[in-house]
This record gives sequence, structure tokens and C-alpha cells, in this order.
Amino acid sequence: MAELARNEANIVQQEEQATSLWKEGWIRFRKNKMALVGSGIVLFFILLAVFAPLIAPYEMNDQQLSMRLQAPSKDHIFGTDDFGRDIFSRVVYGARISLWVGFFSVLGSVVIGSLLGIIAGYYGRWIDAVISRIFDIMLAFPSILLAIGIVAVLGPSLKNALIAIAVINIPNFGRLIRSRVLSIKQEEYITAAKAIGMSDARILFHHILPNSMAPIIVQGTLAIATAIIEAAALGFLGLGAQPPNPEWGKMLADSKAYLTQAPWTMIFPGLAIMLTVLGFNLMGDGLRDALDPRMKS
Amino acid sequence: MFSYTIKRLLTVIPVLLGMSLVVFFMIRAIPGNPAQVILGQKATKEAVEALTHKLGLDQPWYVQYIKYLGGLLKGDLGESLRTGVAVSQEIWPYLAATLELSLAAMFIAVVIGVNAGIISAWFQNSWFDYVAMVLALVGVSMPIFWLGLMEQWIFAINLDWFPTSGREDVRNPIEAITHLYVIDTLMQGNTDQFVQTLQHLVLPSVALATIPMAIIARMTRSSMLEVMKSDYIRTARAKGLSMFWVVYKHSLKNAIIPVLTVIGLQMGLLLGGAILTETIFSWPGIGRYIYEAIGYRDYPVIQSGILIVAMIFIFINLIVDLLYAAIDPRIKYN
Repeated sequence: MAELARNEANIVQQEEQATSLWKEGWIRFRKNKMALVGSGIVLFFILLAVFAPLIAPYEMNDQQLSMRLQAPSKDHIFGTDDFGRDIFSRVVYGARISLWVGFFSVLGSVVIGSLLGIIAGYYGRWIDAVISRIFDIMLAFPSILLAIGIVAVLGPSLKNALIAIAVINIPNFGRLIRSRVLSIKQEEYITAAKAIGMSDARILFHHILPNSMAPIIVQGTLAIATAIIEAAALGFLGLGAQPPNPEWGKMLADSKAYLTQAPWTMIFPGLAIMLTVLGFNLMGDGLRDALDPRMKS
Repeated sequence: MFSYTIKRLLTVIPVLLGMSLVVFFMIRAIPGNPAQVILGQKATKEAVEALTHKLGLDQPWYVQYIKYLGGLLKGDLGESLRTGVAVSQEIWPYLAATLELSLAAMFIAVVIGVNAGIISAWFQNSWFDYVAMVLALVGVSMPIFWLGLMEQWIFAINLDWFPTSGREDVRNPIEAITHLYVIDTLMQGNTDQFVQTLQHLVLPSVALATIPMAIIARMTRSSMLEVMKSDYIRTARAKGLSMFWVVYKHSLKNAIIPVLTVIGLQMGLLLGGAILTETIFSWPGIGRYIYEAIGYRDYPVIQSGILIVAMIFIFINLIVDLLYAAIDPRIKYN
């Protein structure tokens, strides 16, 4: 009986420690100026995406053929493209697409990757061997090549680009969680949880998964940055968003033909991609330093 | 070391087999019949069926896969459905173009990245350190395709310093020997063409080098900072060795291992990144070769192209793994 009480106390103590780790992490994050700058950039683009209809002065697909390839001016601060569409409005609406793809593709990779990683790490043996080999095989491909292959199979569209990006990032999360599970399952409080007869599912989803959250959040934030670039790359190759969607990568691809006459068609969408990615990278670096000081670079 | 090498080589086999299977099924899942694509939309049903049979595409998947695997073992990568030429014959010029581009990019990334990292660590918290690290941060977030377009706009269109695209001047074509044009022009002693080749290489390789350069610089800096705090470095300084000697000989040797890992990983990623760079700069490399083949449903080219790129990726990682022991005597493989 005393043994049982000790085991329960052990588990409660572990949960309290976890709460204070989050608090400490938040204090460290707030002190990190670069991380705050990054978060500010991310917040800026989120607001841009949410309030796009209020911010954009024109409809994203409004064509004024008499205003084709106009240089930046008071009426069109980022200029116009070859259809006379306002580039500023398209960049603002483009934030919706990029953030949507970035966030949901990473969410997909996190959910599937975590599930596979947990199963592989917790159950070990042949399940681990099979899942790990699948990860090895997927990681053996240059990611953009695999993404191109997947989109080629599914057909070019924004939704399929999202699926492809989610798939290529699964092994990164899977491996991360697997290694966390392997170390956590040796901890005393897991042995204690097993000793009091807790089910595998409860141990996995109530103890192991919450204790793996920090690296998932860090990796997830950094992965959104990569996913946004990958989505833009697929769009650039004509395999992502299709016209007339104002996806930043596609806008860059369309700008290629007008590099000499209208470089603004290329400058602003590219700048938007770079800034968003920079924001997520700074935020991810800050989260890493805050949540896992051992990983600090 | 020898047994470890053999063991590592053996682990590559199932991965390669798995990859060939993934590629095989992925390619066959691409909608559209290659025979129809080759013959065009106006082709009769009979003609399409005859060509499908000739290409062996009407056979069960496992027969096609075993034939493909058997061919691979004999070095037969199949025939391009589009050109009718053996892929093994056709692929080298494209592969060489990508190899030349990737090596040039890696050269730039390593030379600038490692040195920027070293100087940043040496003069920690100096203006150089801040500027270099901010640039590295921006570099990591830079979409290659945007950087490539910016380079074209600034250095090719406005300043006219470098050619906008391509690998050679079409009016003065290079006679290919190895298809690595830097080497070919040197072998032929043709200075004009050598300079031209370098000029064509600059913009795409800088675009491709940016992300690895930034990552290498950040990794070198953090690794050097860690090593430079060690006792033996303090001892070396106390013995009166010059800072340059301490940094470049003693510290770098021990700080280079994590950097080497990153370089290895980046070399593999460069092959992927090359696809985008090749598209922007009309560089006739393997990325474009595969990408164009997807449009034509050219199965053998897509299959073999992806497989070869992935194989190179795996072997680069293997070489990096084995190089650790050569550089760091603390690492012993059992």
C-alpha cells in the first residue's frame, strides 16, 4: 500500500515539475530579444492573414488591364502585376495561404509522426524496426524531390502540396518522439505508473506524450518555417497553388518573365516569404533555448 | 573500423531496396499512361495498347519490379521513353552539371561559412560577430528561388557582371570530355572558356550556397566557442602560442566534427536544392532532367534519376560517418 502511495506521489511530483518547467521556459523566452522579434513578425503576419479583407485595398484577383506592370505608387504601394492586379493586396492575401499550409502541414506531420514515434519507441522490437526503416527510407530522399514525386502522383494543387509537405516531415517528428520515448520510458515514474497497473494508452498519452511536448513545440515551430519555404518552392515549380491563387511562390514564378520591366513583382512576394520564415526561425530558436536549455546553440 | 564500414554498407542495402520500391510504386501511381503520352492524344487505342505491351507496362507490377531490379544490378537503368537513349548513357552529363554546381556551392559555403564562424567565435560579441550572425540568420530563412531571381536582377540584368542563365555560352560551346566543364576547359587549356564557365557558375552556386553557408557559419561558431573554453586551449595560450595558431590548429581540429556532420548533411540537401536553382538558372542538371521527365511520364528517367540522387545522398552520409574516426581519434567504431 505504502509502495503504491509512493508511486502516485512520484507521478504527481513529476507533473508539478513539468508545470514549473513551462513557467521557467516562459520567463526565459520573454528575456530573449531575438525570440520576441521573431514572435512579433509571426504575429504581424497572422494579423495580416486574419484581417486581409480589411487591410488589402483591392480584391486579390481584381484585374485592371490598363494598369499592367505599374511601378509602386501611392495607389499601388507594391506596384501591379501583368494582369494589373494590386501586388500589396495579393501579398496580404498570400499570407493566409502560406500560414495555412505551414501550420496544417506541420500539424499533420506532428500527429502522424508522434503516433508512429510513440508506437516505435514504446513497443520496440519488430514494430520499431519496421517503422524506423520506413523513416530511414523516407529520409534518404532529398525532401523536395520526395515532395515533387508525391505531388506528381496526387496532381498539382495547394491541398496536395500540403499533403506532400506533411508526409515528408513525418520522419523528422517520428524520430524525435521515438528517441524521447526511449529515454522517458526508463524513468522511475513510468515504471511506477506501470507498477500501479496503468494502461499502456494512459501511460503513452498522459505521461510520455506531455513530457515530449517541449521538443515537439520547438521542432514544430522550426518546421513551419521549412514548410512555408517548401510550399513556396512547390508553388514556384507550378506544383502547388494554381492560378489565380495569390500564393507567394507562384507569384515569384510568374514574376520571372518580367524581371527586367517590373522587378517589384518579384521583390515583395519574396520579401514576404523571407520575413515569415525568419520570424518562425527566430521564434523556434527562442523556444528551443527557453524550453530545452541543453539544446541551446 | 573495417568491420564497421562493412556493417554500415550492409545497412544501406535494405534502405536502397526500400527506396527502389517506393520510387517504383510512386512513379506508377502518377496518373496517365506513358504510352498515350508518347504517342499523343490522337493515337489510336490499338497503337497505345501495342506500345504499352512493347514497354512491358501491361505486365504485373512484381514482374516489372523484378526486371527493373535485375537491370539495376547489371547497371542497366532502362531506356528513356522520350528519347529512346539508355538512361545510363544519357544521365551523366546532367549529373555532372549538378555535381559541378553542388561542389562549387559547397566550396563557397565551407570556405566562407567556416571562416565566418571562426572569426565570429574568435571575436565574440564584436560588430563582425553580430553582422555575421544576423546575416546567417537571414541566410537560413532565404528562399533559394527568390535569392536566385534577385541575383539575376542585380548582377546579370542591371550590372551585367554575369550571364543570366545557362552553363555555357551557346556561341562558344565547350567540347565535353568529363562533362565537368571547369575540368574540361582546364584540360583543354582554354582560358577563355574556363573564365566563361566560372562566370556561369557564380550566380547559381552562390544562390545554392547561401543556406548551407549560414548553417555552417552558425555551427562553426558555436562549436568553436565551446572548444575555446577548454583547458588545453588555455594551456596553449599560456605557453605563448599565437592566437591564430591556437584558433586554426588546436581549436578548429576539435571543433570541426559537428561542422563536418552539418557539411555532410548539407551536401545531400544541396542535391535537392539544386532542382530549384537549376530551374531559375536554366542549368541542365539532374533536377531539371527529373522534373521534365515527370511531365512526360518518362518512368525509367524519373525512377533512375531519383534513385541515383538518393544513393548519392546516402553515400555522402556514409562517408561523413566514416570520416569522423579519421579526424577525431576519440571516436572508435566497434
